[in-house]
Amino acid sequence: MHHPFDPVRTMNSLTEPLHQHHKHCDELFADAEAAAAAKDWSRCKSMLERFRDEMEGHFRTEEEMLFPAFEAATGMTGGPTQMMRIEHAQMRELMGQMQAALAQTAGEAFAGAAETLLVFMQQHNMKEENILYPMCDRSLAGQAADLGPKLHEKLEAECLAAQ
Amino acid sequence: MHPNLSFEQAPPIGVPYRFFLTAPWFGVAAGLLLAVFGGEMLASRWTPGTLAATHLLVAGFMLQAMCGALMQFVPVAAGGNIWRPTWVAGAVHPLLIVAVSLLVAAFLSMHPPLFIAAAHVFLVTLAFFGVVVSLALWRTPARGATIMALRIALLGLLVTMGLGVTLATGLARGSDLPLLTLTDVHVGWGLGGWALMLLAGVSYFVVPMFQLTPAYPAWLARGLPVMLLLGLLAWSAQLAGLGENLRMGILLFGLAVGSAFAVGTLYLQSRRRRKVSDTTLLFFRTAMLCLLAIFLSGLLFAVRPDFWNDPRAAIWIGMLALVGVFVSAIQGMLYKIMPFLNWLHLQRLCGLNMLPPTMNQMIPERAMRRQYYMHLLGLALLLLAVWQPALARLAGLVFAIDCVWLGLNLLQAVRVYRRFKAELEHKTAAAV
Repeated sequence: MHHPFDPVRTMNSLTEPLHQHHKHCDELFADAEAAAAAKDWSRCKSMLERFRDEMEGHFRTEEEMLFPAFEAATGMTGGPTQMMRIEHAQMRELMGQMQAALAQTAGEAFAGAAETLLVFMQQHNMKEENILYPMCDRSLAGQAADLGPKLHEKLEAECLAAQ
Repeated sequence: MHPNLSFEQAPPIGVPYRFFLTAPWFGVAAGLLLAVFGGEMLASRWTPGTLAATHLLVAGFMLQAMCGALMQFVPVAAGGNIWRPTWVAGAVHPLLIVAVSLLVAAFLSMHPPLFIAAAHVFLVTLAFFGVVVSLALWRTPARGATIMALRIALLGLLVTMGLGVTLATGLARGSDLPLLTLTDVHVGWGLGGWALMLLAGVSYFVVPMFQLTPAYPAWLARGLPVMLLLGLLAWSAQLAGLGENLRMGILLFGLAVGSAFAVGTLYLQSRRRRKVSDTTLLFFRTAMLCLLAIFLSGLLFAVRPDFWNDPRAAIWIGMLALVGVFVSAIQGMLYKIMPFLNWLHLQRLCGLNMLPPTMNQMIPERAMRRQYYMHLLGLALLLLAVWQPALARLAGLVFAIDCVWLGLNLLQAVRVYRRFKAELEHKTAAAV
């Protein structure tokens, strides 16, 4: 029987892998944050590296493949995708701040940057999942058969390259 | 037209902050009132002091925080454009302070013109606020359980206000209306239709976001507002006359819906992926446990009518609801929202060359945690004082300290914001 608190599987869409990958990055974030809270700095270092690499892979998949396809299909170049690029840059900065705190094993500074990144990342993901991805799914529906697997492959390749 | 990927739509920081920074001080006033009046205030819900303190909490503390939150949340999270937010906030915020002050003075003096004046100011202010926010929620392209809950909450606010205005004018001018029954309906819409509905709608959004919990399942997220609304409609039928058993049944139904939300939230939080816990989580759990405790108390009162007939039973429920559920949830929420808004606005000012202080530097975790313990102590003393009136003055004082502390912590966030902004302007000026 379907557990009443488990999410219902959404329809397979072009952006589904990116959607799922958000959750995966959440897990990696939570591990890195927990390791820092436990002052297990060596574990934190490896978890943070993994988290940053996967985030970077995610950003690149969007910035190098999904966004250009969306912009080409809609002609919207200065709108939502631009906003998302700026937010990616801000998250890169915050991850840099976490890295710097880690290098100094500064627990409080790490926790502060992590907290900020978490809230920022969640509101960013929500905007993508609720607004931008559905817009992409609609405007790129014609290319889904081709672009869908490509997106998936790129995301996997970027993240595998990271490991 | 495509919906905006908003933060562009976020109002200026002063819009939510003027409400947020005012809210705690109404809590301080309520606590001090109890410290002055002492145990007699907890003997029945109908004493002037009780009515005054209750409205300091609901129409002062809670309403300020909730209006401020809506001004921020509707454009940013619900994609609804609020018409001229700075102007709306600039009018609604001071008018609400005036309205509550008049109402509290009216209860304490029982002076009829004050009731009439309070009723008018509430009517104008909340009708205006309700229309402006409803329009934004009506036009948003966004869909989902949060939007549904927010829309019903707005309706709840307006019904609560309408009944409140009727009660105030009835008290002032004398009336044939069944004022006691009207009061119960007014309370139901205020706590269930407005406050809990809004809390649920916002929680669908922020609980998964802050703690990385799974999302609320759709059946719960959508079922809750509908069930609550049905319960409130049935509860309102007592104006036409209802048997005592039926009335109790409807009350228990409503409380059960509330506790379903509480259990659902606690369950989701127990499955959170984030392992680190923070003060907001503690506040939220406290709120949800109190919501559950209200339902359990209701069950107890249903089987023990002798308890229910004790006037202190209603005070007990009210204390759990106001201080236990809503003040706790709001305090926890403010501790996330204000540091984040600070960071976001500062971040935008400095671009990518420089990073603002992190959220934890806006309000230190330690300061929030200690204030949380003070809140717990205040809540525990208030609940005890319902049955041990000798504790009432102490409980009022501790609750006042709890709220002063909250207010100071929030002001601390504003100080950090201002300091950093000044530094930034200084640097920009130096660069030019």
